[in-house]
Amino acid sequence: MTTMLELDDVHVAYGRIQALRGISLRVEVGQIVALIGANGAGKTTTMKAISGILGLQSGSMRFEGEDLTAIRADLRVGKGISQVPEGRGIFPGMTVAENIDMGAYLRSDRRSPEFAADLERVYELFPRLAERRSQAGGTLSGGEQQMLAMGRALMARPRLLLLDEPSMGLAPQFIAQIFRVIEEINAQGTTVLLVEQNATQALGLAHEAYVMETGEVTRSGTGAELLADPTIQDAYLGVS
Amino acid sequence: MPAAGRAPDAPGERVISTVLDPAVLTPLVVHTEAWINFDVGLLIDRFWANTINGLAYGSIYALVALGYTLVYGVLQLINFAHSEIFVIGVFGVYLTFLGLGFEPGALPNLPLAAIILDLLLAGVVAMVVAGLAAVGLERVAYRPLRRRNAPRLAFLITAIGASFAIQQVIRIVRGSNPEGTIRLLPPSPAFTVFGAPVTNLQIVIILASIAMFIVADQFVNRSRLGRGIRAVAQDPATATLMGVNRERVIMITFLVGGVLAGAAALFYLMTIPQGAVYNGGFLLGIKAFTAAVLGGIGNLRGALLGGLILGVAENYGQSLFGGDWRDVVAFVLLVLVLMFRPTGILGESLARSRA
Repeated sequence: MTTMLELDDVHVAYGRIQALRGISLRVEVGQIVALIGANGAGKTTTMKAISGILGLQSGSMRFEGEDLTAIRADLRVGKGISQVPEGRGIFPGMTVAENIDMGAYLRSDRRSPEFAADLERVYELFPRLAERRSQAGGTLSGGEQQMLAMGRALMARPRLLLLDEPSMGLAPQFIAQIFRVIEEINAQGTTVLLVEQNATQALGLAHEAYVMETGEVTRSGTGAELLADPTIQDAYLGVS
Repeated sequence: MPAAGRAPDAPGERVISTVLDPAVLTPLVVHTEAWINFDVGLLIDRFWANTINGLAYGSIYALVALGYTLVYGVLQLINFAHSEIFVIGVFGVYLTFLGLGFEPGALPNLPLAAIILDLLLAGVVAMVVAGLAAVGLERVAYRPLRRRNAPRLAFLITAIGASFAIQQVIRIVRGSNPEGTIRLLPPSPAFTVFGAPVTNLQIVIILASIAMFIVADQFVNRSRLGRGIRAVAQDPATATLMGVNRERVIMITFLVGGVLAGAAALFYLMTIPQGAVYNGGFLLGIKAFTAAVLGGIGNLRGALLGGLILGVAENYGQSLFGGDWRDVVAFVLLVLVLMFRPTGILGESLARSRA
C-alpha cells in the first residue's frame, strides 16, 4: 500500500495551550481512516493542521511524499486535499449553487464535460441540494448544510477528503445517509480521513482508526479491532 | 429658544469656532437672520431642485461609501484613512489639470470634446493614484498588524493615525491653503425636471456614479474574484479551505475602494472646483461613512442607497431649516437610523447579503 498522508510527531499550540503533543498517523491510499476521541482531545486541531488553518510548532507532515508544511493553506486544496470543516462552514449569504461552486474555486475547467459531470454527481449524491439550488445556504437545515458542505468539498476533486464531525447535531435519518455517502465516495476512489464523536458508526466504517486523548494518540488499529476492544467500548462506545 | 451652546448675549450674530478647519484659526463672525428657520414654503418650492442636487452629491457620497463598506465587509475594519485616499484622488485630478496646462481662475477656451477628454484623463489618473494609495495604505498600515494578530482596537487607532499622517504629508507638500479654482466645465442647464433645471454636470455625475456602482456590484456578485471577496467576508477560514487567497482578496478590496474614491474625487472637483485642500476629506469622509452606516455597513447596495438618501435629505434640510443646518440634518439622520434600525436601512451586511 502507498501512503497518502503521514503525520510525524506533530505539535500544535494555541498560544500557551498545547493542543497536540506529538501526533503521528498514516492514511493509506483508498482507505477510510477514523479519528475518535472525546471533546478537546485534539481531533479538530489535527484536521486544521492538515488543511493549514493552523501552523505546526514542530513535527512533519507529508502528503503524497511532498512536505505539506511548505504549502500555503489556500493552495492545499489544489494539491488534492479538501476539508469539510467542523460546523460545516456554509457561506450563509450564498445560494446552494454558489456554495457548491466555491468548492471549485481553483478549477479552471468550468466549461469542460468533467466539470459538468462532477456537478451532476454532487446533485445525484444529494438530490435535496438540487431542489434547493437557488436558496441561500444559511436557510438550510443542519443535515442539508452537511450535504452541501460535502458536495462543495467534492467539487475540488479531492484525493483526500477530510470530514470533521459530519454527524454532529444531525437527525438519525440524516446520519445514516451521510455515512452511506461517505462509503460511496470512498468506493469511488477518494481517501477519507474522518473525525467523529459517533465512534460506533465511525469504527464500523473505518479501515484504520486512531484514538486520541488530550493531544496524543493513545490507541490505533483497524476499525474492527477497536470496535471489539473492551476498554474502547467502555470509554467511547457507551457500552457497559 | 435655544438652550445650551449659544452665547445668550449675541443676538443676531454668533461666533462659531472652527474646530474642523485648523487652517483657519481666527474665529468667524457670521450674521444670521434667524437661529433656525422652518420654511416649508421654500422646501416645497425647491423640492425638485433639491432632489436633483441631492442625488448628485449623494452619488459622490455613495462612491466613497462603497470603499468603507467593502473594507468593512472583508476586515470588519472602519478604514478611517479612506477619506484621505479620496483627497489623494482629488489632488490627482487637480495636478492633472495643472499638468494639462489649465490655470486657476481662467475658463479654458477649448472645444467640448477636448475638455471631456481631459476630464476623463484626470479621472483615470485619480482612480489609478487613489487605487494604488489604498493598496499601499493596506500594505504599510494594516498588513503588519494582521501578521501580528493585533487586537481590533489597534487597527482602528492605526486607521486614524494613517488618516492624520496622509493629511499632514499633503499639507507639507501642497500647503495649508486651498488650491486655486480650476473649472473645466461650467455647469449649464441641460434640461428641466418639473421645472427644476438639471445641469450637465449633475446628470453626468449621477449617471456615471450609477454605472460605476453597477460595475462594482456585478464584480462582487458575479465574478470569481468577487465571489472570493464574499467568501472571505462570510467565513474567512472556510474561504481559505476553498482555495481563496485572503491576502489577495484584501488587496483587491482596497484597490476597488480606492478606484471608486478616485472617481468620486473627479466628480467632487467638477462640482466644487475650489475643493482641493489637504483636509477636504474630513467632512466628506464622515458623510460617506454615515451613508455606509445609513444603508447598512458591509452592504454594497446599502452604500448606494445611503449615499443618495443622505445627499437628498441634507438638501431638503438646508431648505427647511436654513443653510447652516445642512450637516446637522445629515448627522441627526444617522443618529435616528442608529436608534431605530441599528443595522442600517438594508440591514444585512455583505457577509449575510444574498447575491
